[in-house]
Amino acid sequence: MDGSQTETLAMVPPEALGLLMPMYVWVSPTGHVREAGPTLKKLCGDCALIGSRFLETFELIRPSGISTMAELGALAGRRLHATLREPPHTAFRGLAVPLAPGQGMLVNLSFGIAVAEAVRDHDLTDADFAVTDLAVELLYLHEAKSAVMDELNGLNLRLQAARAAAEEQALTDPLTGLANRRALEIALAQAADTVENGGRPFALMHIDLDFFKSVNDTLGHAAGDHVLGEVAMILREETRQNDVVARVGGDEFVLILRDLSDRNRLVALAKRIIARFEQPMEFEGHPCRISGSAGIALSISYPTQNPDRMLSDADLALYASKRNGRAQATVFTPDLVLPEDDRLPD
Amino acid sequence: MHGLMNRAIQCFLQDTYGAEAWANVAGQAGIGPEGFEAMMVYPDSVTESLLAAACSHLSKPRDALLEDIGIWLVSVERLRRLMRFGGVDYHDFIDTLEELPGRAQLAVPDIGLPAVRVVPHAQGQFTLIVQHGQDGFGHVFAGVLRAMADDYGALALIDHVGSGPDGETIEVELLDARYTQGRAFSLAMPATAGVQ
Repeated sequence: MDGSQTETLAMVPPEALGLLMPMYVWVSPTGHVREAGPTLKKLCGDCALIGSRFLETFELIRPSGISTMAELGALAGRRLHATLREPPHTAFRGLAVPLAPGQGMLVNLSFGIAVAEAVRDHDLTDADFAVTDLAVELLYLHEAKSAVMDELNGLNLRLQAARAAAEEQALTDPLTGLANRRALEIALAQAADTVENGGRPFALMHIDLDFFKSVNDTLGHAAGDHVLGEVAMILREETRQNDVVARVGGDEFVLILRDLSDRNRLVALAKRIIARFEQPMEFEGHPCRISGSAGIALSISYPTQNPDRMLSDADLALYASKRNGRAQATVFTPDLVLPEDDRLPD
Repeated sequence: MHGLMNRAIQCFLQDTYGAEAWANVAGQAGIGPEGFEAMMVYPDSVTESLLAAACSHLSKPRDALLEDIGIWLVSVERLRRLMRFGGVDYHDFIDTLEELPGRAQLAVPDIGLPAVRVVPHAQGQFTLIVQHGQDGFGHVFAGVLRAMADDYGALALIDHVGSGPDGETIEVELLDARYTQGRAFSLAMPATAGVQ
């Protein structure tokens, strides 16, 4: 055998090279494209890749400032980043290797992470990629991941909705730990049923804080929240285990007091509660001064139980207390009627 | 069984027979009307009662129902696209079916698709063996294969020939890989596939 060169050179015909590397460019020593892989030809469309100057068709982004064949030759073995000079300016990464003396260079390109864009821009198919290329697997994963992400987003939305539904069904006021309006309505309906079925009577006490707004306005919401916590504690302490204490609005509370129909005892209880409200509550060194007004309705006042009616009567009694100068407790009686245009102080 | 599969059965019933039918079947199977979460795993017995309830409500044999589910799966554009990544033509698709569980696992590690063995014979004939703990998966597979043949435009005979100790056996006879044009498929994800 003659010539050690033929033994060390793998002679690959251009078609076979195109199968192995569909995006190769064979650059002549003069810097012209002598041959290219089929996918690269497809990408360049009518721009007549073969015979063009390599650096006029492709722009080297990194390393930058390459304008001569000699400079390109010096990059052998280094990672290159390039783009098509023509739109859509497809991005590539690649590697250049020198060929036998006088044969120029071989540059192999790939899309890298921008493969999805390139596939869309150039309408590539499976056949445009080398059999060994994982580009199609990457695209598959990209789509599968999108599908999974959408399912997860759907799950998050459903969880949020479930949380909202659970909150709606909750029976506790999260700030004070007292019963909320929903819990009150349930307990009140039960108490009314008990009376209807010959059980023990009860009283309803509606309490509204006075001057709470000014605590909020002057000392902030944290102070307001602190006051509400103190109020809740007082209400719990002044009631019995089987009574119900509910927070039904910003600074409104309703108590269901079981087995209690004595007006004097109820008014005394309300006054004791109000007196405790009036003890200064301290928040971060600042005294918070509030008071309260109460309206009371008794189940024994009604021949048949009507929870809504009882609530609105207790409300009416509460407003009578406010009209009489706050820090009062009033028990509802049918003759207690407020004038239509009665404007109440806050 | 993975929530994705249970959810697929749920969506199939809702899509094909309506919300009321789903509510009936779910009620009968002791499943809440909200159905399954795609990213949770449920006991196999839940899937079994769901299928039993669906068969009885629709008066449909189990095998036929499972095959319909397979056909329906391919009608979901997103799944159809993922399946089409499996091969450039139907022959290639069948040839690489053994990779399918691995592909699915790349996206959802605990999906638990059955292992598939593909035994090629002469002249476009294949024997597929579907191995899975839950009986009947082969019928879903047969439905998918039928719908995918249509999608690729191939003319093929697909027969679920029964279960053996190795799993369920499906015979595929590919008569013409290019019988019709088939449906279009481009590697690029259509803009609408991202939102559903």
